[in-house]
Amino acid sequence: MTDKERKNKPRQIMTEQGPLERIANFYEVPYGYSEDQAVNEAMRCLQCKEPKCVSGCPVNVDIPWFTKLVVEGRFVEAARKIKESNPLPAVCGRVCRQEDQCEKFCLKGKKGKPVSIGALERFVADYEREKGDVSVPEIPKWTGKKVAVVGSGPAGLTVADDLVKRGHKVTIFEALHVPGGVLMYGIPEFRLPKKIVEAEIEYLKKMGVEIELNSVIGKIETVDGLLADGYHAAFIGTGAGFPVFLNISGENLVGVYSANEYLTRVNLMRAYRFPEYDTPVLRGRRVIVIGGGNTALDSARTARRLCPEEVTVVYRRSREEMPARAEEVRHGGEEGVKFMFLTAPTRFIGDREGRLKAAEFVRMELSDPDESGRRRPLPIGGSEFQVEADVAIVAIGNDVNPLIQNTTPDIGTGICGNIIVEQETGTTSKKGVFAGGDIVRGGATVILAMGDGRKAAASIHKYIMTSGSSGSSH
Amino acid sequence: MFEITEKIQLSHSVALFRIKAPKIAARRKAGQFIIIRLNEYGERIPLTIVDSDTGEGTITVISQEVGKTTGMLGALDKGDHILDVVGPLGKPAEIKRFGTVVCIGGGIGAAPVYPIAKEMRAAGNKIISIIGARSRNLLILEREMQNVSDEIIVATDDGSYGHHGFVTQILERLINEPVKVDMVIAVGPLPMMNAVCNVTRPHKIHTMVSLNPVMVDGTGMCGACRVTIGGKNRFVCVDGPEFDGHLVDFEELLRRNRSYFTEEKMAMEELTYHEGPRCYERNI
Repeated sequence: MTDKERKNKPRQIMTEQGPLERIANFYEVPYGYSEDQAVNEAMRCLQCKEPKCVSGCPVNVDIPWFTKLVVEGRFVEAARKIKESNPLPAVCGRVCRQEDQCEKFCLKGKKGKPVSIGALERFVADYEREKGDVSVPEIPKWTGKKVAVVGSGPAGLTVADDLVKRGHKVTIFEALHVPGGVLMYGIPEFRLPKKIVEAEIEYLKKMGVEIELNSVIGKIETVDGLLADGYHAAFIGTGAGFPVFLNISGENLVGVYSANEYLTRVNLMRAYRFPEYDTPVLRGRRVIVIGGGNTALDSARTARRLCPEEVTVVYRRSREEMPARAEEVRHGGEEGVKFMFLTAPTRFIGDREGRLKAAEFVRMELSDPDESGRRRPLPIGGSEFQVEADVAIVAIGNDVNPLIQNTTPDIGTGICGNIIVEQETGTTSKKGVFAGGDIVRGGATVILAMGDGRKAAASIHKYIMTSGSSGSSH
Repeated sequence: MFEITEKIQLSHSVALFRIKAPKIAARRKAGQFIIIRLNEYGERIPLTIVDSDTGEGTITVISQEVGKTTGMLGALDKGDHILDVVGPLGKPAEIKRFGTVVCIGGGIGAAPVYPIAKEMRAAGNKIISIIGARSRNLLILEREMQNVSDEIIVATDDGSYGHHGFVTQILERLINEPVKVDMVIAVGPLPMMNAVCNVTRPHKIHTMVSLNPVMVDGTGMCGACRVTIGGKNRFVCVDGPEFDGHLVDFEELLRRNRSYFTEEKMAMEELTYHEGPRCYERNI
């Protein structure tokens, strides 16, 4: 095959479970590449001398290097190459917004379709795991330093990965009964199978990372307590887990959920297998989901699989402004999720037992762009109408969880309660304490949290290896 | 895994458990709670920490068998283990010197009221306790409450012990007597706490109640436990569990606590008829 032929190959598409089949189960939707597909796709990579894709990646995965290894059929080595800069390739291959990051800058995308970097990343990570060929890199001798990581979501896991590879002892404190944070409680099984998250966390544990579950820092121990207890530095990656509600009448009716609660019940507590699992969730007949982001789509697609008659996503702007990934919206549409655009809820209406029976909406129109650059939606007076609904899921975002800030008075916070850091280093106003991910950013993405983790890990390493950390002597 | 080091059956459906959890025992304050998950299949349920022993590293909880999870907990014994215990959660009770504090525990509510009464007494308050139950055999912690109270009055709905009637009748009598009640703490079934608030409201007596709504994570992440307090949405797991009873929308909470009525029945049926033995087995 000539260079030209290989480069002109069409972008390889992952096969998927059919929509009718998949709404009857919680298995993953795309099947992933075959080996042939992966090689063909990797061949499309132009091996740019100055790869723009790498700088488009928040953790700077060496993309051309790993695609070259894929072309040569060296899949396991490709996976290890990625893991040098990204501890969670099987996760990122699935949930990253490649279209806004690495793939956005791919030269192939200038004229045609970019290289499917996400699908390749997923393929090699899955290949390595499924072949049981996961090997742990050699860990340097202990530096004598200990770091506490608060929260085991993407930011915390990345910090742990980086620091353990540099020879530090790392203990992660997790509030829930399983590690993984939003990867476990938030993102649904059909988009990110939990066994994959478990395997990636297992990899960190094999490298020596310790995880203390059921440990709410701010309650069982404070950040100051950790620093006094022999930890030379602490990283706060507690996420933006504090659901925002609409503040409209009837929001506390039975059947109105925050997306966090709905998804936690189904994903973390496995309510979709009730009564085999003890946690229930109201399945409903007519489900409405308020919001237009990935969480709204995750909720809607989850609801679709719990067999109600109808699931409708209600968004106050139009389809173009939806922050959800196009792929999510397409998948939802295929699965029969309905969309109601330019519509916002005004109140929820209950029956005599206080259970949701309908929602009232108002039509919206778009006016001039607001501070987010999107056109501001304004209600059209007198356009109110009611829709029958027995489950409503509010997916309009999260505030930061204030637990750490409230119990660590000398840590600098912003007006939203978020922890303020120096962007390039993740350094907070408190000595020896670093932060990253949604606790700093408000609601963002897995990979941005990982990018923060990477930067913070570098600063933590520097901090504990210099005179900066004299506080602890255990 | 968290070991049950001691179990005491307090009545036919209520049992006291001491659980090995040294860190929680060292940290917890009166009014705080834990969330437990019994096994891999289990749901997360909150339980008030009644007491702790830092020497032994144990915490004490009291649970009444009302549903599947509490039923399975009730079937556990000394030496058995609980898979997950997380805490101490929630805000500690506000302990300071108020003067005369009336502590009311209705049914299982005596369990959460006990640690508060104990701390309130230690803070120099005069404690008058009223504990009530449907019947004498359902009354718990009488002796313990007696130990931390200056005066204790017992009421049973059926008159089998103590005053024949409700705790609210005794409270009214106290208020109408020349006893200056500076504060009331009431914990028990929602209708009881509501009734207590209705008694104290006209007298403008500061009344705190401890709420026990449905919870999932217990750290403010899910919002399942939200309640309306003075017209504002509050999360019981992080803003509570103690609130000014005069501001609580009890109606709403009562309805929200019935969210899974059908599902709970279904789970109980599964436990009792279909998978009973297996459920108990997977606990062990």
